[in-house]
Formats: sequence, C-alpha cells, structure tokens
Amino acid sequence: MKKGLVAAAVVAAIASLALAGCSSSGAGASGSKTIKVGFAQEGAESGWRTANTKSLQAALDSSNGFKLNFSDAQQKQENQIAAIRSFITQGVQAIVFAPVVETGWTDVLKQAKQAKIPVILEDRDVDAADHQYIASRVGDDFEKEGETACKWIVDNFAGKSANMVVLQGTAGSSAANDRTTGCGKVMKGSDINVLDQQDGNFTRAQGKTVMEGFLQKYGSKINILFAQNDDMGLGALDAIKAAGMTPGKDIQIITIDGTHDGLTALSNGQFNYVVECNPLLGDQVAQVVKDVVAGKKVDKLYLAKDEAFDQAAAKQALPTRKY
Amino acid sequence: MIALRILRHRLFWPIVALVLLVAINTLSRPSFLSITIKHGALYGSSIDILRNSSQLMLVALGMTLVIATRGIDLSVGAVLAVAGAVSLTYIEASPEPGSVGTVTVAVALGLLVTLVLGAWNGFLVSVVRIQPIIATLLLMFAGRGIAMLITKGQITTVTSAPYAEFASGVILGLPVAFLIAVVVVAIVGLLVRRTALGVLMEAVGINPEASRLAGVQSRGIIWSVYAISGLLAGMAGILYSSNIMAADANNAGLNIEVDAILAVVIGGTSLAGGKFSIAGTVIGVLIIQTLTTSITFLGIPPAVTPVFKAVVVIVICLMQSRRVRGLLAVRRRPVAPSVPGTAAIDASAAVSK
Repeated sequence: MKKGLVAAAVVAAIASLALAGCSSSGAGASGSKTIKVGFAQEGAESGWRTANTKSLQAALDSSNGFKLNFSDAQQKQENQIAAIRSFITQGVQAIVFAPVVETGWTDVLKQAKQAKIPVILEDRDVDAADHQYIASRVGDDFEKEGETACKWIVDNFAGKSANMVVLQGTAGSSAANDRTTGCGKVMKGSDINVLDQQDGNFTRAQGKTVMEGFLQKYGSKINILFAQNDDMGLGALDAIKAAGMTPGKDIQIITIDGTHDGLTALSNGQFNYVVECNPLLGDQVAQVVKDVVAGKKVDKLYLAKDEAFDQAAAKQALPTRKY
Repeated sequence: MIALRILRHRLFWPIVALVLLVAINTLSRPSFLSITIKHGALYGSSIDILRNSSQLMLVALGMTLVIATRGIDLSVGAVLAVAGAVSLTYIEASPEPGSVGTVTVAVALGLLVTLVLGAWNGFLVSVVRIQPIIATLLLMFAGRGIAMLITKGQITTVTSAPYAEFASGVILGLPVAFLIAVVVVAIVGLLVRRTALGVLMEAVGINPEASRLAGVQSRGIIWSVYAISGLLAGMAGILYSSNIMAADANNAGLNIEVDAILAVVIGGTSLAGGKFSIAGTVIGVLIIQTLTTSITFLGIPPAVTPVFKAVVVIVICLMQSRRVRGLLAVRRRPVAPSVPGTAAIDASAAVSK
C-alpha cells in the first residue's frame, strides 16, 4: 500500500515536471513583452543583503516589464543550485544570481547554457573557469574598497607609526580575500604596523568577541581598527567601550559597507571612515537583463560606483540614505 | 592513595586541560590573568571568558540533563535563535522599546515560546517515541525557519537600554550574563542533586524499561528535560540577542549544539546516558570558551583555527579514555594498584559507557 502511494507520488511529480517544461518552453518562444526572470539570492545575512534584495525586487518588478521568480537560498549552495535548476525547468528567459561561494557551479551553469538561458551574476563572482557560462556580472569592486579604506588610513597616519588590528570577513569569501589584498597593496611600505588580524565572520557577535581578545592582548597599543564590514565594527564598539576607551578617538575605526547603522555610527563620531559597498545594483541588473534577452552585446563586467564617507559626509548623506 | 584517587577522578583531566590552557595563555602574555577595574566593573580576559561562556553554559546545562536520559537535543541553536527573534520583534513593534515593562514582556514571551518548543521535542520523544536525534532534528531545521518567519528574513535591530543590560550590564563588578548563568546552574544543580530527580533521570538513562517497571515516571521525566533544555536555550537566546542588540536568525546559536555536546562529553558525561556531572559540564564549557579566546590571544591564523580546536578536543577526549589512561599508567607505573578507590570505579564506569 505504502509502495503504491510512493510510486503514485513519483509519477505525479515527474508528470508535473514534464508539464512545467512544456508550458514554459512555449512561453519562452512566444517572445512576449514581459521578461520572465529568476533571481536566486544567496541569503539574508546582513542589512547590506536586505537592501540588495529590495533593490533587485524593485527593479525587476512587473511595472518595469518583468515577471520575477525570487528564491532565497539561506546561505546554502545546494539551495541555490536547486533554485537555479527549477528556474531552468520553469523556462525563464534569464537567470540572475548572487553566488554564495566561488566554486562548484559548473554543472548547473552548463545546464542553463544547454537550455539557452543567459545567466547574469549579481554582487559576488564565480570561479574564473566558469566565466564562459556567464553572460555578464554586475557587482562591487571589493579590492578597490579595501584599497580606498586603507589609503585613507595611510594618509591620515602618515609619519605616526600607528598600530592597526583587522577584523576580517568570512574566511574564504571573495569579499574578505579581495579586501585584504586591496588593503595590503597600499599598506606596503607605510608607517602602519599591522598588529593582528582575525576572522570575525562578518557578524556583530564575532566582531565583538574577537575585538575583546585584541584589546586584552594589546590594550591601549591599538590605534586603528579596520573592520571589513560595518556589522563587525558595530560589534567592536561595545568591546572598546568596556575597555575604557573611546571609539573614534582612542581607536579610529574604518569599515566597509555604508549601511544605515554604519553611517549612523560614523555621524556620531564613533567610526572615522566608511567605504561604501553599493548594494543598489537593481537598475543596472535590470538593464543588463533586458539587453541580453534582446540579443544585444553586453560587457562581461559592470562595476558599481562605490563612494566613501568621512564623518561630515555621513551627516549629510544619512537623511536620504536608502539602506 | 589519595594522589591516585585525585588522578583517577573523572574531572582530573578536564581540569588539567583548563589549567594548561590558562598557563599557555599567561606564558604568551602575562596580562592574561590580570584583572583591573574600569567604570566600576572588573575588566580582564578571565572576565570576558566568564561573560562570553554564559550562553554556552545555559545550553550545555540543558544538554547535560537531556543526555543523562539517553537523549540528545540538536535543536538548541535554532531554539536560541527563535527566542531572540520573538523578544526583539516584540520590542521593535512596541511604542516604548526602552521601558522595563516592554522588556519584561518581551523576555517572558521569548522564554514561553522556547518552553513550548522544548515541550514539543519532549512530546515527540516521550509520547510519540521518535528517536531523540530525529525528533530534535526536525526543530533544528524548522526552528531557524520559524525565526526567519518572525523577523521576516531580516536582522531585527533595536535600541533598548534595559534589554542591553542582560549582556553588557554589571552587578557588584561582575557581568550580569555570568551571574544569570551561575544562578541557573545553582538552581538546576540543587533541583537534581538535592531531590531524587537526578537519580530518577540517571535511572531512565541507564535502563528506561527497567525504571518504568520499577515505577519511575519516565515519560514525565523525559518530557520535562526537553522542556527545560528548550527554556535554557531560550535564556541563552536572550543573552545572545542582547549582546549585539539584534536578532540574527541565520547566525544566532549556529553550531552551538556541537559545542554544547562537546562540553558535556569533555565534562565526563557519557552520551550513552545515565550518570551525569553538572560540574563537569561547567568545566567543559570553560575549556571551550578559553580555547576560543586563546585563538585570538595566541594569534592563531583564522584558516587553521578549526584544526587547532579539533586537536585540543581530541587530546582531552583521549586523556579521558580509560584505555589510553591505562596504557599511560602502565608505562609510568609498572605495578598497578590492586584495589582502586571507589571514586576510581565511578570514574571508569562513567567514561567507559
């Protein structure tokens, strides 16, 4: 009896898949004006990601001529691969996705290619070997962000032989790797002494604990904190206060992202410099999707313009900040 | 003979490990043990360790009770996330996020929900008789989904001075979070050791069928340990969210079930159920927390951190294994004592299971 049920369910599932395949390929060929697009977001781990999701959902809205299928992979690659596969079976005309990690996408990207569905990357990158399956990427230049942040540090502490600690992002993520590389470039030969760097996993909680450790270890020797995202810097604030020091004065704090909370801390004088990592990529992505579907030639890479804020600029920008 | 009894005590090696960790840190940087006073609060690495260990302490305490009944609770991390999500969502929606009344209701709500979730686990295990690992696996995954549902998939942040007190507050120079953990450990310790409850739990863990036939209300006991575990995870969730003033459904309590199980095992409680040691768990938690701090203190590169942790844990577990200790003992003392003390029998019985 049970076996019969399972078999029936399997048959039904296969049938529905086949049906979905049929109907979707029909829609794809008809070339109707609305563009069916699937967006596989990697998760909702930070304020930055929230802003990014909202931007894409707004840009790929029906009022702009899109029909959006949205999926949140909760920071798991297998979920994201499953989402992309289902987009392929649904026969969308374009797939947009923000890869949670760099590697392991070859199979599913090949499938998309065979189904003649263009894939556009948003935000993070995939491994260079898989670039052949990608129509285009719209993202931020992480290396440049690291460079800009550390350039400010080098300029402001020129000739002062200051000590810096670094809260790195999730070990192995392209954002953390590239920001470290970018910062290292400008740090070379400067007066800044990097005391220590540790993984803070891009979260407030770990930013706080790791900073506590740094403070116990080096105490008032620390002059500069470079946190590779706002959240870790915000977590570190409490630790610095508990150590009897004033964030922004005793320890100057430089972060990357430019979220609302980060800029608020900057305008309060708790942070000293914030490099933006622009999450509002929606409009640019929407344009690329339109061009690709229309068969126009597009560039392989579009980099968003990232601004940088000091305390005065933050006060100005804050009231109109979208994220 | 006394020296031998100390050596054979089941908490001997965990305590040695803890002392060793502290010694290595102090050698590398003598400031490790120093405690100063800043803003009327004690300040130092050891204080940080005590404060940061409070979340794991609460979770591991619940885990100890569950494991004593031959169970396991994998859902603690997810339940922890739910507590933060419930409390902070309530505070965010309330007109007066900074009032003590709001915070009290928020905490009560958060704890109530986690008590219910824990009771659900207990129901599945004790009444429906689903294996604990499967029963709690359900909530391990569903729990994060529930937390995401409550926070609408985003990280909820609030500003509320009374709520921040749980993690950052100080009473008599000591962190509030640490004091909460101490009080809870004391209450649970008294409850299970000054009443028959602890013995009954061990009976259920050693042989559920025999204890039921002997008239032990095993169903009720199993049900309540899961409920308590849920509640304690909920308390940890309040501390976690208060620490960062944000409800992070994805990362709150991530992998804390693994650390909790580890702490329990390091503390000498067997995963096969039966005899358990709350003191052992406390030491296990302190070891894990000191280990985490050591990584920053010794400047271990982020990439090799997991390996470093694993090596330390393996060494501790090996030292607790009766067989390894037997081998070492033979090497050191060719003539083994013929009549070991009662403590030694206790210890070997607990470890060998």
